[in-house]
Amino acid sequence: MTDRGPGDGHALALIAVGGFAGAVGRHGLAVGLTGTFPWGTLVANTLGAFLLGVVLYEKRLVEYLGPETRLLVGTGFCSSFTTYSTFAAETATLAPSLAGANVAGTYLLGFVAVFLGRALVRWAQ
Amino acid sequence: MIEFLLVGTGGILGAWSRYLLTDRVDRRVLDTLLVNALGSFLLGVVLGTEATGWMVALLGIGFCGAFTTFSTFAFETVRLLETGQRRTAVANGLGNLVSAVLAVVLGMGIGTVLS
Repeated sequence: MTDRGPGDGHALALIAVGGFAGAVGRHGLAVGLTGTFPWGTLVANTLGAFLLGVVLYEKRLVEYLGPETRLLVGTGFCSSFTTYSTFAAETATLAPSLAGANVAGTYLLGFVAVFLGRALVRWAQ
Repeated sequence: MIEFLLVGTGGILGAWSRYLLTDRVDRRVLDTLLVNALGSFLLGVVLGTEATGWMVALLGIGFCGAFTTFSTFAFETVRLLETGQRRTAVANGLGNLVSAVLAVVLGMGIGTVLS
């Protein structure tokens, strides 16, 4: 983000709150949605992508979202709630057919989620 | 309960590290790819050592999970598509996938040797 706004200490505090909540929420989903397919990571990545699509909309359209909200919800929560490393590790250890489905499903849902988040902001204007 | 606290603590450290490493004025798409590959490598090492309990919760699920990000990756890829940079978008999608999966596998190999 180009506009840091809050001082560094304040920024780190906001990111800490979001990062804690995001990681705990993701783990909660992973624990709740266990099975042969990594549904928890898929759901977290899709929901987080949608929310980031809303939060990171260009500034001129979302003037009511200040830099503090972006740090807390975007840099902190969404980026911590979603994960690439767990997705990559799960993909590497799944059977080839399931790994392909995991990549295709995660990518497709993630991109569609960002589009929908951005569409929602445009609609709400 | 303790497990969730460890995951959350790792999440704070992971989010801070990602912010301090990449959140600059001239942020590039490559920053996200590097963060994702680096975090995936570290997760591979943790998994390869067959560490259990608090190590996996704090470092693997918490730190690596929060350090790497899917939402920023998806957002940046969609922005590339929206601005007509289709080739870069495809390269970004494949680049993140290939580098992160290779990094996990490499990390697992190193972790196995270390343990």
